[in-house]
This record gives sequence, structure tokens and C-alpha cells, in this order.
Amino acid sequence: MRPNEFLSLVGRSGCGKSTLLRILAGLVPASAGSVEIAGEAVRGPRRDVGIMFQRPALMPWRSVVENVLLPVEILGLDRRAARREAAELLELVGLAGFERQRPWELSGGMQQRVALCRALIHQPDVLLMDEPFAALDALTREELSLELQRIWSERRTTIVFVTHGIAEAVVLSDRVAVMTPRPGRITRIVDVPVPRPRGFGGEAHEATVGAEDEVRALLFEREAA
Amino acid sequence: MNVVVEHVPARRTPLRRLGRGAAGWFAPLATFAALLVAWHVATRVFDWPIWLVPSPLDVADATWEYRSLLPRQLWVTLLESLAGFGLATVVGIPLAVLIAASRFLERTIYPVLLGLNAVPKIAIAPILILWMGFGYGPKILVSFLLCVFPIVIATATGLRSTPPELVELTRSLCASQAQVFRKARFPAALPHVFVGLKVAISLAVIGAVIGEFVGASEGLGWVIVNSGANVNTSLAFAAMVLLSLMSVALFYALVGLERLLVPWARHDDV
Repeated sequence: MRPNEFLSLVGRSGCGKSTLLRILAGLVPASAGSVEIAGEAVRGPRRDVGIMFQRPALMPWRSVVENVLLPVEILGLDRRAARREAAELLELVGLAGFERQRPWELSGGMQQRVALCRALIHQPDVLLMDEPFAALDALTREELSLELQRIWSERRTTIVFVTHGIAEAVVLSDRVAVMTPRPGRITRIVDVPVPRPRGFGGEAHEATVGAEDEVRALLFEREAA
Repeated sequence: MNVVVEHVPARRTPLRRLGRGAAGWFAPLATFAALLVAWHVATRVFDWPIWLVPSPLDVADATWEYRSLLPRQLWVTLLESLAGFGLATVVGIPLAVLIAASRFLERTIYPVLLGLNAVPKIAIAPILILWMGFGYGPKILVSFLLCVFPIVIATATGLRSTPPELVELTRSLCASQAQVFRKARFPAALPHVFVGLKVAISLAVIGAVIGEFVGASEGLGWVIVNSGANVNTSLAFAAMVLLSLMSVALFYALVGLERLLVPWARHDDV
């Protein structure tokens, strides 16, 4: 992967997308081959990686801002600077003023925004996202995708984004890696050479529809074979 | 840019909460009142003698008559129950942590615990008194033995059922085992811990009373045994009513503590 690239992993359930992500995160060892981040082999969890799951995984005993600050505590970073950073991030996702709320007082979309802030608080070089919007309703999902695009354009990191949503993958990514099962492998990587910002409807959609069709064809062709 | 409009759940107004509270209290109070009336009417209709089945009024009379004795005995039983319960909490939770931490410890500790729990506590009580005398020791110990088991089981279950994402999240941040435990596993287990504590608190009172039954010179259990021997059935009933009230009050004290410490237990969808 290239630095600061946005790469999506698309594939049917059970093709190993999430497993690949967990290998990248150093949570599970690879059965063969190896992963390198910044020239170093991944042998376990790394400090410069942020992660986001399908469920927000917020801690209900912590307030919103305390949830965002969790990585800071665990990594032992400077708290005062982190508090400012947390306030900025929450502002960036439109959650300014919600710092003291508890997670259960927030909607699903807001909870996932908090999880995004938490994944970014320690300024990771790599952000791993495992179907982060899959549990949200279609509207919130689209809204959050565009928000992610905006945030990524402001704070460049390398992102690996696992999803089932072809449109979502194409709109967000520089490249879309198509995975197929048994054995789980990346069949093809589709480039999306469309200028940003991109969108979901109308003209914006026309720009990306070509890449979308290509990904779709790759996914379903394999399915038929 | 996006305009983010989102729904914040409406807070319950104090007035509505009060209304709901009143409705919540009315049904159980009415039930108790009806039962008391039925009890009273039955004693009159069937003309049971007072030493066999006293009426609620007789029990109230006895409570008033022994008003200098009963509070002191209640205090004794309360202290014994709380000591047993406290000991069970202090021992049970670390024990559960050990059990949840390693399969080996689980296999070593669990069978012993199961065996201990299988022994009827009423059968142990006389032996404990033989060993420890007639003081508070045996009462506290029986109380402890009765309520440690649910605390261990509930806590261990809670520690094992941490949402996997929370563990992965903390681990992905290079957290040590101790950090994963402190930041994720233990707080996530607290709602389960409270389930165990709520079961245990009633058992703690029962344990103390068992201890007092077998050999004591004070406590409400002792009052019941004694008044039985003197055919003062009204007093025995009065002591039982006080025991139940105490048990219920302890239970609700725990419910209050739970709402304070783990307010998220009722919102487990996060």
C-alpha cells in the first residue's frame, strides 16, 4: 500500500476481509506471509494503528470524551494535549457539546462518530475500519461515509476500509481490493481515478459508476464460476 | 457541508417520574393490605387461638410490647448478615477473577466451591458452633458460606462475557493483560456482579438466622426460637416480619447502589 492511501476491501461474507484486518492490527497472527508497516514486520498490536469496528464498542461507564481518550490512557500519552485534540475531533464530527453525555444517550450514528474520534485521537498512521457503517441505517450510513471523506481530506492517514457496500467503497477509496473466498485472497485491485470530493447521487454518481460496475462484475463473476 | 441533525432521547420529567413511582408503589402496597385483611378475617372466622395463629393486630401488639428488645436483636442480626455478606464479597470477587483468569485455577477452585456449596448449611452450623463457640463467628461464617457462591458464579460469568470488541480494542492499543482487565473486563462485568450481590444479600440474612437458630443468645433468629419454646407465637411472627422487612430493605439498598454505580446496566445496547 501507498502511504496516506484509502484502500477498501470488498468481498462476500466469509472471504477473510475481517481476518485480514485483524492480521494488519496484529490481533491474530498470519498463517503464512507477513505484514509490514513502515518497514517493520507486524508481530503484535502497534501504537500507530487506530481501529474501528462494526459496533461502536464504546464503554458505557465512560462519558463520550473519556471514551475518546481511552487510547491516550492506555498508551500513556500526554493528557492535556489529548484533551484539546479530543475537543477538536468531536467538533470535527459535529459532536461538540456532547462531551459529558453517556454513550447510551446517543444515537447509533453519533456513537459511531465517537468511535471514529477514539480511533484518531492518538494520530495513528494507519486506520483500520471493519465495516464501520454496516450496522447503521442507510441514510446515516451515506451521511457518515461523506463525513469520513471530509475528515480524511483534512487529516490524511492510510485507511484500510472493509465493507460490503460497493458504492461506499468506490466513493471513498483510491483503490478497491476485491476479495474472493476459499481460499481467501485478493483477486484484483480496481483503481478509482476520480477527483474528490465525490458523492452518491446524480452527476457525482456518474463519475464513479464505471469503477462500481467493474467491482460488481468481479464479485459476481467469481460467484458464478 | 453536512448539517447534522440528530435525535437526543427525551429525559423523563420529574412529574412523570413521580406519577410512575406512585403507580409502581400502589400495586404492591394494595396487595399487602389485602393479604393482611384476609389474614385478620381468617383468624376471626375460624377462631384460631392466638398461640396457634395470631392475627396481624396481635403481631402489632407484640411488636409494641417488645419494643425495647426487638430493635437490639434486629441490629445484631443485621450486623451478622452484613459481615457475612461483606466477607463473601471481598473473598468472592477475587476468587471469581482467578477462576475467570485461568482454566487451571478454574479446574482447581471450582470443584471445591461446588462441593462446599452442596453441603447443607444447616448441617454445618452445629459443627461451626462446636469449633467457634456461641459468639458472632459461626453466624457470620454460615452467612458467608451461603452467599459467597452466587457472587462467585455471577462475577465469573460477567468476566467471561466481555463484549469481544472491547477486548480487541484495548488489545489493539498494546494494552497489557492488567490494563485489559482494569479498563474493559472488570467494569464490563459489574452489572453481572450486582446480579450476584442481589441474590446473595437475602441469603446472607438467612445464613445469619440459621446460625442463630442453632446456638445463640441474641438476634432475631434467637428471638424466634425462644418465643417458640415459650409459645409466644405473636412475638415469633413479629420477629419474622422484621426479618423480612430488613431483607427487603437491604435488597433495595443494593438496587439503589446499582443504579448509582452501573447506570448503564439498563442500557446494554451500546
